[in-house]
Amino acid sequence: MSRVTAAIVGSGNIGTDLMYKLLRSDRVEPRYMVGVDPGSRGLALARRVGLEASHLGVDWLMARPEKPDIVFEATSAYIHREHYPRYHDAGIRAVDLTPAAVGPFVIPPVNLVEHLGAANINMVTCGGQATIPMVHAVARVVDVDYAEIVATVSSESAGPGTRQNIDEFTSTTSRAVEVVGGARRGKAIIILNPADPPIIMRDTIFCSLPAGADRAKVDGSIRQMVESVQTYVPGYRLRTDPQFDEVPDGQGGAVERVAVFIEVEGAGDFLPPYAGNLDIMTAAAAKVGDELARHLNAGED
Amino acid sequence: MPYSDSLDVRVTDTSLRDGSHAKRHQFSDTEVRAVVAALDGAGVPVIEVTHGDGLGGSSFNYGFSKTPERTLMKAAVETARHARIAALMLPGVGTKDDITAIAELGVEVVRIATHCTEADVSEQHFRLARDIGLETVGFLMMAHSASPEVLAGQARIMADAGCQCVYVVDSAGAMVMEDASERVAALVAELGTDAQVGFHGHENLSLSVANTVLAIRAGAVQVDGSTRRFGAGAGNTSVEALAAVLERFGIGTGIDVLKIIDAAEDVVRPVMDEECVLDRMALIMGYAGVYSSFLKHAYRAAERYGVSGAEILLECGRQRLVGGQEDQIIQIAAVMAKVASPA
Repeated sequence: MSRVTAAIVGSGNIGTDLMYKLLRSDRVEPRYMVGVDPGSRGLALARRVGLEASHLGVDWLMARPEKPDIVFEATSAYIHREHYPRYHDAGIRAVDLTPAAVGPFVIPPVNLVEHLGAANINMVTCGGQATIPMVHAVARVVDVDYAEIVATVSSESAGPGTRQNIDEFTSTTSRAVEVVGGARRGKAIIILNPADPPIIMRDTIFCSLPAGADRAKVDGSIRQMVESVQTYVPGYRLRTDPQFDEVPDGQGGAVERVAVFIEVEGAGDFLPPYAGNLDIMTAAAAKVGDELARHLNAGED
Repeated sequence: MPYSDSLDVRVTDTSLRDGSHAKRHQFSDTEVRAVVAALDGAGVPVIEVTHGDGLGGSSFNYGFSKTPERTLMKAAVETARHARIAALMLPGVGTKDDITAIAELGVEVVRIATHCTEADVSEQHFRLARDIGLETVGFLMMAHSASPEVLAGQARIMADAGCQCVYVVDSAGAMVMEDASERVAALVAELGTDAQVGFHGHENLSLSVANTVLAIRAGAVQVDGSTRRFGAGAGNTSVEALAAVLERFGIGTGIDVLKIIDAAEDVVRPVMDEECVLDRMALIMGYAGVYSSFLKHAYRAAERYGVSGAEILLECGRQRLVGGQEDQIIQIAAVMAKVASPA
């Protein structure tokens, strides 16, 4: 079984961290790294570990005699929408780490299997990768009318892309809470915390429950899903037991809910461990790469 | 330099926004109409109406609204004869769509709030607000936690994005006298004529009126208060007390002191579930630098988990939580309960 080849487009923090994760993969060989800044640290590091790297953008990549099987895009939504037709025409699979949402949203432990045939896979948002597994864990055992996620990240780990497009985070994540998580209605909130030393990414997932829901079953499903995520993000964990409660619904009544408290500590490949929000994105993309490679090889065999 | 030809300082009343925290977001359409009519009649120039946590704040995390906020804002717009209606939004909670929607309702002022070191998340919202003709105000929240120099730099980011007045917001009611005036002065020096400077105080250390006066002396031309202090924590700067004090100083606010005193007693107080008081929990918020709207959430969590509300708030301060992190209060209380009686 041969390793499938990959290019990383975008040589910033995310692209560079992803490169280190792919270097550990048995199935994916990171071969190219593409940026636009000749002084990019990511490109220099890529060359040092043996990748072919260029600051001449996607034109350079598309002129390679041997094209990669997979492109991981770690640029911006706007740029990915421009690049994507070129990958598509060249028959290259795209794993999109921007919020462009050209292809279906994928959260690995929830729906990766059903989208392995897609030409383009979208990785939602960092908050989505951290929280939607929990929404799904609840929604697969009981009916979830409403789910709400609160993602708190350290200011240090929120780059200019996130800051300038914070609405994209909330709208993309809340849509994926519904489409992938399985809640009828979804809402997403993001908070930046500047505490020093930087805080580890924290996420809270609130799901409404039907009256009289089997709490033990919900609890068990949550814990099982935490273990599934831990297979590719070892630093993903519950901060405390899932909390079951009955809270005011604003209309004079009450609604049952479960609150799940997560923290995500990164692997510290290129990014510092507190930046679990970035780590879970690259770890999920690497996981998609592995499964895609397995799928592509199986197709060829 | 005064606020305008007719006002030395412009006061924004936030009873129907900050007060939403104290009311657990349970305002009715009728209550909003009554309060707006009374404040408008007393000459309050700007009245803010929104869920306590801003547009889109109705949620598990912050509490669900009884009445959709747009219904309340529409009621306010219909009732006000002179006052401008304002709304609060926090990037990360609300979105640009919310801003567009309120402009269509007739809201004239949007106040965009970020934690005091994170101003750059608001740039796209300021640009949009200005493009569609809204008056803009920027809120640098938890401003006690950043130095005057850092705040001035953040104010510059907001002003450059289209903010017309940047507020030093003492969300925790933790500022002590010169803390307020030094911060306001730094913003005035940085912004010059590019944008005005404002101040929003809380009563958690019993200094909100004094801090506000000092802020005005340092150059603030817009200030916030709540009639009957109806707001988070120990409440906000009392609009009726402030109007009286500023009149003594010969600072014109356009507010009729006797009418606002009556409005506070006869109209606003009956809408409140209870007075906003400087009790143990509220004082600890000012002392430990905790975001004022955590108060009701901490009470609830203390009761639910049988732990000390004061300890919860102190832990919030130790963890340096910022506005919006209400979810962490539950986590803190759950851990405290588990430590106290391990399973």
